[in-house]
Amino acid sequence: MSELTQTVDVCITLNGHSIKATIPARENLADFIRHRIGLMGTNVGCEQGICGACTIRLNGDSVRSCLTLAAQANGHTVETIEGLTDSGEISQLQEAFHRNNAAQCGYCTPAMLITATELLNSKTEISRDKIREYLSGNLCRCTGYHAIIDAVEEVAEAQNNGR
Amino acid sequence: MAVNRKVIGQSLPRPNVMSFIKGHGKYLDDIIVPGMLHVCYVRSPYAHAKIIEINADDALAIEGVVKIVNGKDLLEYCKPWTAGLTNLGEMRSAPQHAMPPEIARWQGEAVVAVIAETKAIAEDAAELVEIDWEELNPVTDLQKATENDSALIHPELESNVAWSIDIDAGEVDSALENSDIVVEKVFEVGRQTGVTLEPRGMIADYDRGKSYLTLHHATQVPHIQRYIIARQLGLSESSVRIICPELGGGFGLKLHVYGDELTTCALSMMLGRPVKFVADRLESFLSDIHARGHRISAKVGVNKDGQIQAMTLDNLAGCGPYLIHPRTSVIEPLLVAICTPLAYNLQHYRAKATLVYQNKVPTGQYRGVGMPIASLVAEGLVDAAALACGIDKVEIRKRNLHAVDAYPVTAVSGEFLEGLSQVASLEKLTSMMDYKGLRAEQKTMRDKGIHRGIGVVTVVEGTAPSPALYAAGGAPISSRDACTLRLEADGEISCTTGLTDQGQGGVAIVTQIIADTLDLSMDAIRVSMGDTATTPFGGGTWASRGTAIAGEATLRAAKAMRASILEVTSMISEQPVDILDLVNGEIVNLETGETQMSMQDVGQAIHFKTHQFPEDFEPEMIITRHYSQREQLMVYANCALGVSLDLDINTGLVTLKKIWAVDDCGRIINAKLVTEQLRGGIVQGIGSALFEECLYDEDGQLLNGNLIEYLVPMAGDVCDIECAHIETPTKASELGAKGCGEAGIIGVCGAIMNAINDALEPFNASVTSQPFTPAKILRALGKV
Ligand code: FES
Ligand code: FES
Repeated sequence: MSELTQTVDVCITLNGHSIKATIPARENLADFIRHRIGLMGTNVGCEQGICGACTIRLNGDSVRSCLTLAAQANGHTVETIEGLTDSGEISQLQEAFHRNNAAQCGYCTPAMLITATELLNSKTEISRDKIREYLSGNLCRCTGYHAIIDAVEEVAEAQNNGR
Repeated sequence: MAVNRKVIGQSLPRPNVMSFIKGHGKYLDDIIVPGMLHVCYVRSPYAHAKIIEINADDALAIEGVVKIVNGKDLLEYCKPWTAGLTNLGEMRSAPQHAMPPEIARWQGEAVVAVIAETKAIAEDAAELVEIDWEELNPVTDLQKATENDSALIHPELESNVAWSIDIDAGEVDSALENSDIVVEKVFEVGRQTGVTLEPRGMIADYDRGKSYLTLHHATQVPHIQRYIIARQLGLSESSVRIICPELGGGFGLKLHVYGDELTTCALSMMLGRPVKFVADRLESFLSDIHARGHRISAKVGVNKDGQIQAMTLDNLAGCGPYLIHPRTSVIEPLLVAICTPLAYNLQHYRAKATLVYQNKVPTGQYRGVGMPIASLVAEGLVDAAALACGIDKVEIRKRNLHAVDAYPVTAVSGEFLEGLSQVASLEKLTSMMDYKGLRAEQKTMRDKGIHRGIGVVTVVEGTAPSPALYAAGGAPISSRDACTLRLEADGEISCTTGLTDQGQGGVAIVTQIIADTLDLSMDAIRVSMGDTATTPFGGGTWASRGTAIAGEATLRAAKAMRASILEVTSMISEQPVDILDLVNGEIVNLETGETQMSMQDVGQAIHFKTHQFPEDFEPEMIITRHYSQREQLMVYANCALGVSLDLDINTGLVTLKKIWAVDDCGRIINAKLVTEQLRGGIVQGIGSALFEECLYDEDGQLLNGNLIEYLVPMAGDVCDIECAHIETPTKASELGAKGCGEAGIIGVCGAIMNAINDALEPFNASVTSQPFTPAKILRALGKV
């Protein structure tokens, strides 16, 4: 039973707050964020690394929290949809999702926003095909993706015009 | 009362969507009830097996495990049920238990419940439960299941055939004989499942003191579920309350009766503590309903000019070991039988269907229910006929669609079609996609070795069913819905309805109808749904009924509210009611142009200052109106859909280039939301057409029950989808709205098949077995 009961001490900077906890070594980051800390904006759809619904930001990179042990985040910086919403960093993209009805049930949405933001922050040339490719690790069963691509494209264009 | 339409018809953002976008969506697994336990189910590893002994000692020994329950323990808490409808011919059906006391009949059926303080402990303990099984012969192959020497899933039923139907209209045999050309095809449609991104789940919280069961339940149909759950558990309906959290997708998957959910309720009653059940993805594949799984031999007889004379189909479909409760698994083959010929004007039609039991996951209603299969068959036949006659594929449709002036039409299968815009939709579609241009381009591309396929289909979509479909057969399914409006003292409107919203936009639709009717800002209206204790009884969300049914109830309630507000204003202001009107949230005297009262004045008057009223005046400011559509079995909408794709003949890979859809769902409340329903449905249908199939081996083991191997469309797999709309309001309601949630998934499977076959034409090859995978395409090309 030892692998089930073994614990570790972690210190994680979550949305700007430093959190210290003693947790089961096997606890994944999604469970840590959701059930230990109580931030429920990160969703879980497969726990197998496929659907992308659990995507969060770890040290600035988008990462699947179901495939990451909380212990792996020890000493690192984690940002979730709650933190990104509160900081206003993704508000432009959120407005675009709103205008375009790019969320239906909303279950995929927080993760979709995080992945799309990573693309928007990259220095690459952004096209519809590029957006499709980049978001292909995030399953949306409701929207058919078109409106999501529209929203991301709108923001990319606005960014370009601003440059 | 002429209403000046300001909000109905506007593509406004949904009032509740920003909360999801900010990560505030509150789904089932986000809810924590104090003292809550967690249940994890041990599921049968076999498709058909007898439980000899269960040994849970090791599991019970784990710290934190509270109780372990099996099907026998459950007998005194939860009654078995037998699904069936009496209005659709004989159904042979056997009782189903929440957990089987003796025999498991599909791989994945829950057989033991492990309840523990945390989900992790419950999962760990579940692995230690030992079950001694005696394997029984599994029934898996459809054809063999119908043969006399087959093992029987329910020996007492004496056959594995659950249901059959025979429709025979006109003189089919002579019409086929007299046809110039008869085309025959066998279509296969693989088993699929819904894959809501959020799995099923529930928290059951039984209060022993009050004998009251509160359920947080991820369901599309709270009122219907409450009735059934109460009945199975021996409770009165009024002692059960269902509160729906936000749902991460429904698609029909979250409206059936599931044994693991009923067990969760029973466990809470047993323990007197809240119990949470959330399926994981692997369990979802083995316990959420599956759908489709049909094999159809079909024929069409046509004249040289492409005129359809007759159609026949013989469908063999599988349904799992039970008919799903309470809707039964019969509706899918039923709709294949009645919907296949709907789009076209023909006089002779025969349809047979046989539904057989299998030791696989039970099948049930998943988005489109039967209609995607019907459309695939009809449109496949029509394209094959066009090819045989040497007629263009759009032209053959024009020659066979119901004439523009023919409506109302009774289709050959007996369905009443009040009014469709098929011809106009098809014309709009072909001009939108530049069909002629695409054909010319296809030719030049072919010369360059690029194999482009073009598929065009015309879809008839059944929406907003009447009680004749289910309730007339004895099922506790409400096809009615209701809306309650309350004018608050601050002048705002609170609305509750029986509808639920899984992201389709029900909240927006209802809000827009109220805002429009009362000429009120949408911000002054708050809609709540999904709580059986506070919302009026209604059918919930299924079968594209929300806008058509609950929308009409809302319109009626809003009109009554309007009349009431004007009456109160008239009484207080001593002005005749017919010169008063609601304008921009105020009650205006039309003669003077002056504001007589604000909404807030009226709210204050009716809730506080009733001393202003004459003695016998008690105005109603909580108003409920109902609506059920009873004129037509379903209110039929229509859609024309086109696909352009490239086919790599060396790899069999399909690359979608573009999809177009012209939809007519009657009165449009919010065109943007209609477009998004179309797109979402289309992409689910792309999954059906190209990727999705639950693959079983002959022992009934699901081979690809995970998201790694069961492929669903991702953004890069699909293309842009351009949509347009035509409005032919239904006369069944004042609102005139029909449904729009399923046209996309119905039409796109056939459109993709037709486009692939269009690309394959130069090779004299075709595919008719869905999903149309590269392997099947290469096989058709004779390359493998
Ligand atoms: S839940 Fe992490 S990828 Fe699906
Ligand atoms: S909006 Fe429902 S999964 Fe994307």
